Amino acid sequence: MGKWTRRGFIAAGVVSGGALMVGVGIREGHRAPKLAEMMTEEGETLVNVWVKLDADNTVTAIVPHSEMGQGVFTSMTQMLADEMDADWDKVTYEQAPAHEGYANYPLGREFLMGDAKVPGFVQDSLNGGFLRIAQSMSLQITGGSTAVRFTGMGGMRIAGAAAREMIVKAAAKTWKVPAKELRTEKSHVYHDASGRSEPYAAFAELAGTYSPPTQPKLKSPDEFKLMGQPLKRFDIPSKTDGTAAFGIDVDLPDMKYAAVMGPPVLGAEVQGVDETYAADMPGVIKILNKGNFVAVVADGYWQAENAVRQLDVTWTKTGAESLSGGDIYAMLGDAIDAADGKGKEDVAVGNASRAAENAASVYEAEYRVPFLAHAAMEPINATAWVRDDKVDLWSGLQNPLAVRDEIAGALDLKKHDVTIHNVMLGGGFGRRSEPDYPLMAVEIAREFDHPVKMIWSREQDTQQDWYRPASVSRFRAGLDDEGMPVSWENMFVQKHDPPEASHIPYKIDNQLIQFTTADHHMRFGPWRSVDHTQHGFFIESFIDELADQAGQDGYTYRRKLVEHAPRYLAVLDAAAEAAGWGRAVPDGRGLGIALVDSFGTVVAQVVEVDVTGPEPKVVHVWCAADPGYVMNPDGFTAQIESGIIYGLTAALYGDITIEEGAVVQSNFHDYPILRMRDAPEITVKLINSGAKVGGGGEPGTPPIAPALANAVFAATGVRVRSQPIANFQEGLS
Amino acid sequence: MPETKLVVNGEERTVDVDPSTPLLWVLREQLKLNGTKFGCGIAQCGACTVHVDGTPVRSCSTPVAAADGAAITTIEGVAGEDGTRHAVQAAWVEHQVPQCGYCQSGQIMSAVALLRDNPDPTDADIDAAMSGNICRCGAYGRIRAAIKSAARA
Repeated sequence: MGKWTRRGFIAAGVVSGGALMVGVGIREGHRAPKLAEMMTEEGETLVNVWVKLDADNTVTAIVPHSEMGQGVFTSMTQMLADEMDADWDKVTYEQAPAHEGYANYPLGREFLMGDAKVPGFVQDSLNGGFLRIAQSMSLQITGGSTAVRFTGMGGMRIAGAAAREMIVKAAAKTWKVPAKELRTEKSHVYHDASGRSEPYAAFAELAGTYSPPTQPKLKSPDEFKLMGQPLKRFDIPSKTDGTAAFGIDVDLPDMKYAAVMGPPVLGAEVQGVDETYAADMPGVIKILNKGNFVAVVADGYWQAENAVRQLDVTWTKTGAESLSGGDIYAMLGDAIDAADGKGKEDVAVGNASRAAENAASVYEAEYRVPFLAHAAMEPINATAWVRDDKVDLWSGLQNPLAVRDEIAGALDLKKHDVTIHNVMLGGGFGRRSEPDYPLMAVEIAREFDHPVKMIWSREQDTQQDWYRPASVSRFRAGLDDEGMPVSWENMFVQKHDPPEASHIPYKIDNQLIQFTTADHHMRFGPWRSVDHTQHGFFIESFIDELADQAGQDGYTYRRKLVEHAPRYLAVLDAAAEAAGWGRAVPDGRGLGIALVDSFGTVVAQVVEVDVTGPEPKVVHVWCAADPGYVMNPDGFTAQIESGIIYGLTAALYGDITIEEGAVVQSNFHDYPILRMRDAPEITVKLINSGAKVGGGGEPGTPPIAPALANAVFAATGVRVRSQPIANFQEGLS
Repeated sequence: MPETKLVVNGEERTVDVDPSTPLLWVLREQLKLNGTKFGCGIAQCGACTVHVDGTPVRSCSTPVAAADGAAITTIEGVAGEDGTRHAVQAAWVEHQVPQCGYCQSGQIMSAVALLRDNPDPTDADIDAAMSGNICRCGAYGRIRAAIKSAARA
């Protein structure tokens, strides 16, 4: 019932009730040997996208991603429905359950076929990475801005186009007319010559008997009817009336509640627990010492939380207790010193050190960024129900399949005995790709016959995070007598993903980019745009300093360095034009610009800052973004706006600090978040350049911090080389 | 334990809990009204905003005893009795405000209270009324536009 294609496998069939199913996937026997090894069980099929056409002509897209605010159900369905010529009013979606059938195949494929690398955080979350190739397909990731560019382009569109072609073929056979005389529109097939038309469903059963086309023809952009339209999101009405169900809203019969406390110094173990006060508190059912955390299970969450705060826990020493204040930056700086110019090579073009020696002048600068927490609005939580041979888990997860496998491994169960019930995520930003919290819920719930809902306090959420790492980056540029760079040398600490984050968009003939490592106890987690959050700030600040050295403004200088790249030039020009770059601004204000290419999307931002108050205030952000093609302009714009505000919170305020090894910040009073009164006006210009489609969730974030820092420089003459920027003046003393 | 009487979304309810229990957890766990969200527990983020006798309050930091006998409106009670969306809810859909949506119950409760007291708010009024509600997805621009749109409705 299937045909192989270079990209994989298209499957089709008729299910009960006469519904036609069409999916895209891979299965045993695929000619890529690495893929073939993954199908370890007989008859195993990996299918990542399905479309279902029901007898009432309803089209249902089955979406293998999690909804965490990015509108993925809508954009995915939109891409499928357009290729299928489906009637949008009769199109709906279902979220794929956590099952290999819906594994995030394009991610795995791009890795295994060698034409792209799976983001490293994906590997990290699989406990040791891709050691077992079968396990490696247990991907159903929402992260890396992958939905539209991989699942959408490589799955949804193909499934929709294949379904349409099969229906047309069935109609041609039924009506005994050539297929080329038929046209499709709004889930109907038309034969204009004879005036006949029927809904798709009329042909579903016959279509299901056909082999799917090996290479369905995809539309060109001028044929798009739904792609490129600002269609309204499916999930929004439920998010205005309280009915949207998040992990924290799961409610089960006989369910009890757990509150937890993890080690203040990450990595420490429980040495002893004094339960004197907590044990007799109202509602307390059980106090658990789980080795690396403690938990109280009670009749209600409030009772559990009150009791866990009364536990007197002593923790083992890890050695990290000696770390306080600026020690971490000293450690990172020392690591760069120790590398002594010979780190791990990232980029080497020409001969940078020789070019610097021969340059008219040399310019150096060092930058640093702090640890950041994710601080999603919905505190971390998970609900588990463990029976002898079976586990059910309800939680908002960015990586449900890996979580399922980890639970099966921890409890020595078969994978299919673990059922993951995915729910909406009250924000993810990378935090919910880590499997720590669902495993904790299972560890607690295995002590009971009934389900247990574990909720973290905001304090736990802040202090038990997987952090955007602190980093230090050191630069040296050789400049010609016009001030243009002839060499670019950069050494930074810790490289994660994506690998190109440290690469520059500028044409500089001699480049040496290196990195080194530093060991500390703060656990790494992907944080919206991952390494781009650091390198965007580092690179775009340093290039701005070089512009100033050359006596040029940041826009003009960058322009000269991207003349080789029309796409960069267009984005840079669009942002500058929107902002009215070069215009006079009032005293105490300044404009700053930055350009970052991340996750396949090129973004330039201009910030107008006002420094007349106690803290810099961002008045307006103008943003130009080119993701190749914008599938849903309003949804994409919302993602860019969101990325800007998320990045601005970090740039202005974000600072997770460590005293005696423990995270100091605990809640929104000391880990502040940008609020309405400080939110800038945002203008977004979208560019459809036709380049390979890029992501939307992350690319808005990286340019905002450097654009702000550069604007502060324009307003004050003070160069900001560290964050948070809100207290940049404190750094002057 | 003493009983506490609440009138929630027009319906009289009696709960038997420790009087110091925050109203938030009574709404969510005893009354199964899950639209009101837990965000911080210390009245910093506004996700738990409900109306107590018409005033927007942070239910995570309001002991249920303090609401004894009061009329409480939650997100579930904002729409008209026939299910018609409140003008604020309709504006939220029109402007496609929510992203993850977790903070939006609280945002809407703050906005409904603002517009009831001030049918034509200025930007400064919106800043003052809405700055207690954090949105991590950064939908502030859309929230502002939606409030203005609801004011005109």
